Amino acid sequence: MSDKLMKLKVNVWRQTNKDQSGEMKGYVVENVDPHMSFLEMMDTLNEQLQHKGEEPVAFDHDCREGICGMCSMVINGIPHGGHKGVTACQLHMRHFNDGDEIFVEPWRAKAFPVLRDLVVDRSALDRIVASGGYVSVNTGGAPDANCLPIPKKEADLSMDAAACIGCGACVAACKNASAMLFVAAKASHLAHLPQGEPERYVRAQNMAQQMDAEGFGTCSNLSQCEAVCPKEIPVRVIAEFNSDLIKAQFKG
Amino acid sequence: MKLEAKIPEGPIEQKWTKHKLALPLINPANKRKFKIIVVGTGLAGSSAAATLSELGYQVDAFCFQDSPRRAHSIAAQGGINAAKNYQNDGDSVRRLAYDTVKGGDFRAREANVYRLAEVSVNIIDQCVAQGVPFAREYGGHLANRSFGGAQVSRTFYARGQTGQQLLIGAYQALEKQVQTGSVKMHARHEMLELVMVDGHARGIVTRDMVSGKIESWAADAVVLATGGYGNVFFLSTNAKGCNVTATWRAAKKGAGFANPCYTQIHPTCIPQAGDYQSKLTLMSESLRNDGRVWVPKKGGDNRPPAQIPEDERDYYLERKYPSFGNLAPRDIASRAAKQVCDEGRGVGPGGRGVFLDFADSIKRLGQKVIAERYGNLFDMYSTITGEDPYTVPMRIYPAVHYTMGGLWVDYNLMSNLPGLHVIGEANFSDHGANRLGASALMQGLADGYFVLPYTIGAYLATAKQPKVTTDHPEFKKAVADTNARMAKFLSIKGKRTVDSFHRQLGQMMWEKCGMARTAKGLKELLVEIPRLREEFWRDVNVLGSAESLNTSLEKAGRVADFFEFAEMMVLDALERDESCGGHYREEHDDEGEAKRDDNKFMHAAVWEYQGEGKQPVRHVEPLVFEAFKPSIRSYK
Repeated sequence: MSDKLMKLKVNVWRQTNKDQSGEMKGYVVENVDPHMSFLEMMDTLNEQLQHKGEEPVAFDHDCREGICGMCSMVINGIPHGGHKGVTACQLHMRHFNDGDEIFVEPWRAKAFPVLRDLVVDRSALDRIVASGGYVSVNTGGAPDANCLPIPKKEADLSMDAAACIGCGACVAACKNASAMLFVAAKASHLAHLPQGEPERYVRAQNMAQQMDAEGFGTCSNLSQCEAVCPKEIPVRVIAEFNSDLIKAQFKG
Repeated sequence: MKLEAKIPEGPIEQKWTKHKLALPLINPANKRKFKIIVVGTGLAGSSAAATLSELGYQVDAFCFQDSPRRAHSIAAQGGINAAKNYQNDGDSVRRLAYDTVKGGDFRAREANVYRLAEVSVNIIDQCVAQGVPFAREYGGHLANRSFGGAQVSRTFYARGQTGQQLLIGAYQALEKQVQTGSVKMHARHEMLELVMVDGHARGIVTRDMVSGKIESWAADAVVLATGGYGNVFFLSTNAKGCNVTATWRAAKKGAGFANPCYTQIHPTCIPQAGDYQSKLTLMSESLRNDGRVWVPKKGGDNRPPAQIPEDERDYYLERKYPSFGNLAPRDIASRAAKQVCDEGRGVGPGGRGVFLDFADSIKRLGQKVIAERYGNLFDMYSTITGEDPYTVPMRIYPAVHYTMGGLWVDYNLMSNLPGLHVIGEANFSDHGANRLGASALMQGLADGYFVLPYTIGAYLATAKQPKVTTDHPEFKKAVADTNARMAKFLSIKGKRTVDSFHRQLGQMMWEKCGMARTAKGLKELLVEIPRLREEFWRDVNVLGSAESLNTSLEKAGRVADFFEFAEMMVLDALERDESCGGHYREEHDDEGEAKRDDNKFMHAAVWEYQGEGKQPVRHVEPLVFEAFKPSIRSYK
């Protein structure tokens, strides 16, 4: 791996607010160290822009270690940049070459309006969780944690789905802008646990309904969501979710 | 400033039980009439907001992230402690409390710590009931692992994502209450001011980070769950947005700030790679269960690690602390790493790193087991560094991770300002001068689920304050002040970016108020910080407008507060003329260990803000140890 500093042409979506239309703008970014993360490259661009009197590019980010789910950019056409199991904040510049031209865009979906530059409104995902993505248990009075053994295999399947960070890359990757992977991951997390069983079917129905109401599309069955998911949530959760939705109709 | 700790009388085992019985109650129909503001939605804030609303209170919850689920608790990797004794290895509430008090180098409030250990068992029950997918054994029961500073296995975990899973549990509980309408969630809202009316905390001022609108909110009580101030160092393991603004603004309104010098430096972080670095990434302490820490015996040994023979390696933690070995507490492990690097035996670029080696464990357990335990951490490491930790030892170095200091609170978690409650990392009470691993999650959830919901009722039942609305002059004034502050940042039009100032402040703090501190360095900081702050207010460049999504403006406000706070932190470090836990004054050293001075410093130092340019006043809350006798902390 070379440690040579790189010069890149970075094209970024600039948009002042929700109501105005935006455009791609090209910038040259110099002195990009291959050990930088993608967001540190964006920081470098923003320092340059501010010195020239131009407002920095707004982008969502927080933990910068791939777990908070806040960073959200489409890099060269792929949400989070297309490296397996990696969010944009964990994508490192060593995967790019000197002289590369890079395109950076926000998540694109009807349910995720652009607020500014690369920042979108993902509150629809919170509303889907509020519609039923939980176990209805209040604080206090829970029985001893070990009173209900859960087979390790089931606990692991639950954990695989619970690993979802709610970033919305699955929506951005889907040609129908469907939130199926996100919704099904939440359903699967709880469906594999006895604690989630009592509300399993009504939860599935409520979340599916809310997903539609928020303007997400239907599942394209193309699995692009799984390909871009930084937590590698498997599409089997969607199959499970669909199966629960069908069963829910019989259960009434 | 009146500091009444209100610790209940009686033996330590009965304090909380008796206190709960003595607390006045509010009947369910009347709870509806009270509104509570909760700022911050990490483990403490989410759990409190959800629980308070379940009890019947009206809750307004705020976070600066785009969703409450993103608060920085989410990044905690290793686990959460609880005195369940599921492993039958001799754990108990008393032992957990003792380990925590000792780990904190006898600088925490004993009664609070005991209560924390007591409710720790309820937390695990609650989380399992919510569907938190903790790791399990093949028999279906919960799995445990050990953590630094303890000789029992009491840490519950969910792969390397324990914080995330606990936060999702609390977030889902919160969303459940949002759906009922009893919690109003305000995401992308940053608290910029606390509003006091007739001596009581009655509301806050926020900025809508999308529209830029400055608004105020009135309530019957205010809860701050806004985390720590580690980002005063710029480089830390904290999320980029973590800041001191909420607690500092409260301090400026008269809330005592306790022990601001207590900072935790975490021993296992990925070393800094370059000047452009924006944050440091933690590698969970749980890795020290199976990884062995070492450096070459000889300085300047640049051979690849695999070629350095066993007898030329110094497993310095195992050598110096045979009974705790690689699981020595964080402050001790960090200082030991600094020491070997200062001796010129550090590894990697710049010699600021030590090896964390899994070769022996892989040989003993096989790669599959190690991957199962730490797979995601290994992946994270190799993503960041481009190296494969299964074949090459990790390189690690200490980094700022957590802050034990915070706003002073009494046993009821209320600050000295009536009505202002402070929970989680934002308060000071439970970890003393050093926090043990897997205790932050425990404290956040203990405060939010099981302590505050009881104690806040006592305040509301007895305060008997008239209702106020945001039409009150104090609210109008706070809004006007905040608007003026925003306008001021935009009017400076200097040459330097906010980040460049923040980075410089952080570097100064790390050098002179970081892992090792001296009176000389701290005194220099007291000259250098005001000088840089003055330059900030003269030469910072914030572009754009206040009425839009403006990331520079957000940062400018936070950095301005860090500048003021940093001075108080340095002052505290200077006045605490002893070494204890994470606060290491080079003048007070006992063969590389922190040397406490119990005669002079067995107290919490609580600082009272006096106004711009004036030195804050230092008050003390003496710490009384009835159940646990202070001893010299030994992990040898």
